[in-house]
Amino acid sequence: MSSPELKCLTPEMVAEIEALAPRYPDRRALVLPALHLVQKALRHVPLDAVVDVANVLGYPPAEVQDTLTFYQFFHQEKPHGTVRAFVCRSVSCALRGGDDLLEKLCSQYGIEPYGTTDDGSVTIEPAECLGACDFAPCVLANDDLLKNLDPAAAAAAIEAVKVRADQRSSAAAAAAPRVTEDA
Amino acid sequence: MPPFEPVLLEAIGTPESHTLASYRSRGGYAPFEKLLAEKQPTEVIELVKSAGLRGRGGAGFPTGVKWGFLPKDHPGPIYLCVNADESEPGTFNNRILMEDDPHQVIEGTMISSYATRATTAYIYLRYEYPQAWDRLQAAIDEAYAAGLLGKNIKGSDFSLDIYLHRGAAAYICGEETGLIESIEGKRAWPRIKPPFPAIEGVFRKPTVVNNVETMACVSQIARRGPEWFRSIGVPADPENPRDPGSYGPKLYCLSGHVEKPGCYEAPLGITLRQLVDEYGGGVWKGRKAKAAIPGGISMGLMTEAEFDTPLDFKGPGTVGCMGLGTAAVVVIDETVSIVDFLHNSCRFFAHESCGQCTPCREGTSWNLRILERIRAGKGRLKDLEILLENGNAMGMMPGSTICGLADGAAWPIKNAINKFRDEFEDYIKRTNPEGWMVTDPVPALQIVGAH
Repeated sequence: MSSPELKCLTPEMVAEIEALAPRYPDRRALVLPALHLVQKALRHVPLDAVVDVANVLGYPPAEVQDTLTFYQFFHQEKPHGTVRAFVCRSVSCALRGGDDLLEKLCSQYGIEPYGTTDDGSVTIEPAECLGACDFAPCVLANDDLLKNLDPAAAAAAIEAVKVRADQRSSAAAAAAPRVTEDA
Repeated sequence: MPPFEPVLLEAIGTPESHTLASYRSRGGYAPFEKLLAEKQPTEVIELVKSAGLRGRGGAGFPTGVKWGFLPKDHPGPIYLCVNADESEPGTFNNRILMEDDPHQVIEGTMISSYATRATTAYIYLRYEYPQAWDRLQAAIDEAYAAGLLGKNIKGSDFSLDIYLHRGAAAYICGEETGLIESIEGKRAWPRIKPPFPAIEGVFRKPTVVNNVETMACVSQIARRGPEWFRSIGVPADPENPRDPGSYGPKLYCLSGHVEKPGCYEAPLGITLRQLVDEYGGGVWKGRKAKAAIPGGISMGLMTEAEFDTPLDFKGPGTVGCMGLGTAAVVVIDETVSIVDFLHNSCRFFAHESCGQCTPCREGTSWNLRILERIRAGKGRLKDLEILLENGNAMGMMPGSTICGLADGAAWPIKNAINKFRDEFEDYIKRTNPEGWMVTDPVPALQIVGAH
């Protein structure tokens, strides 16, 4: 296969995908790992990235897109916020105020469920059971599980996650070598 | 204080419980090394069969028997998939095992791989468990560094690689063939069976899919012996040769309206009331319980009067629930409207139906629309009949769907309406005094976006 021209994926990302290839007898199994990689880097998976992934794996873009659309997890139209907060609405959280929590958070940020704030900092998404029913009601904000959340304190907890995310991204930007057009 | 000394949870809460050093200090990996040196794979299958271990993921199928379905003398490769897509509402015991004692899960995976002659094991982990991901990956790295994974482990001719594979927030990936399709990079549409995964599974090769807690039980059986395992729980009914019994300890997840929600280890067969009172500190705020989910939301609903039912593989079925499921108990207090509970349940299943089979895709979304209408004060008694009709028509049991998701969607509907019919009727008559008796077709209140 000739090396395809890629619009979204960097050589580093392709290398990361290829590093996983020996784990599976079929390259199609790399679809989810590759989509996760893109979503993590770009906070969404635009159509150009789908075509890139398909080219790297040697599958038709339609098949990659077919898989992507099944999993509501992947955003395609635009990136989710720096903080992506999943608010659990399943039974254990609902019994302890999960729906209330979702409503309060959305109104505090002035967005609808699944919406992102205008500054692109926070996305609030209802989620089904987060598997943390012992800490209901709970929110998964990026990689942080926020436990036993009082609606009044929830926004502050999410702000703390935002501060950490901002620190990480500015540290990463400072550490990363500058990539220039001709590099 | 509960009298039962935890085994699966023995290390939870101790410092550094997730590390190899801690696991080794508890006797970990020695059983694997001993089995590898002294026993043939078929002998390990017999060991697990003789312990009477039944799968902890929900269906309760005997683990050793499942392994025995693999073709003999297959040239390979054979795969083991560990189902860590724990998504059943109310369930979190796998998360605790993976976060706080990942080596126990990994040793079970190694022993199971050896028994089944699998040379690659995939742990399919749901996206929502980032800490479990980090802990498992660190534990796998430690195991490779210690020579417990890789080629020719401990000088034997057994080789094994374990890889983590991340899901993307879809409940259906917990169905074993949905999980397999998802690993293969496709939408997680469950496959028509047969062929069962043991014959044709992931990458069209023989495959075993086992739950995380099952893996932890395998570690403990190897360490403590099958007799120990059989000494716990509820023995098989001697009058019924098809009853495999309910042996061993079980991780019960307790949440909802109890004073102390948490994951508690107890012998199979503890009653729901004991679990709530002795472990969970009783119903919260001094209130009374109204009902409880016995084992994850798809298992249905028990009324308070049914709380003395033993939570073994047979118990919940005796009061009309589907089964033990994941043994996740969610207590609902007297202030909660069963209409609201059922709406929550229907919303979950409408969202999580994968859309492959029409009765489930349409059934779950119409059930939700009907519940939306009832809650908006436009319900009719006729709606209860429609819900029950839907509930009886969708699922593997009536034979209209490929997998059991629809049965799980139907069970809370059937249990809630049959056990709390008066409450539904009162609610409908009270909120819709003008129209509760109408039987003509009415439009949906709104189009509900599902899937």
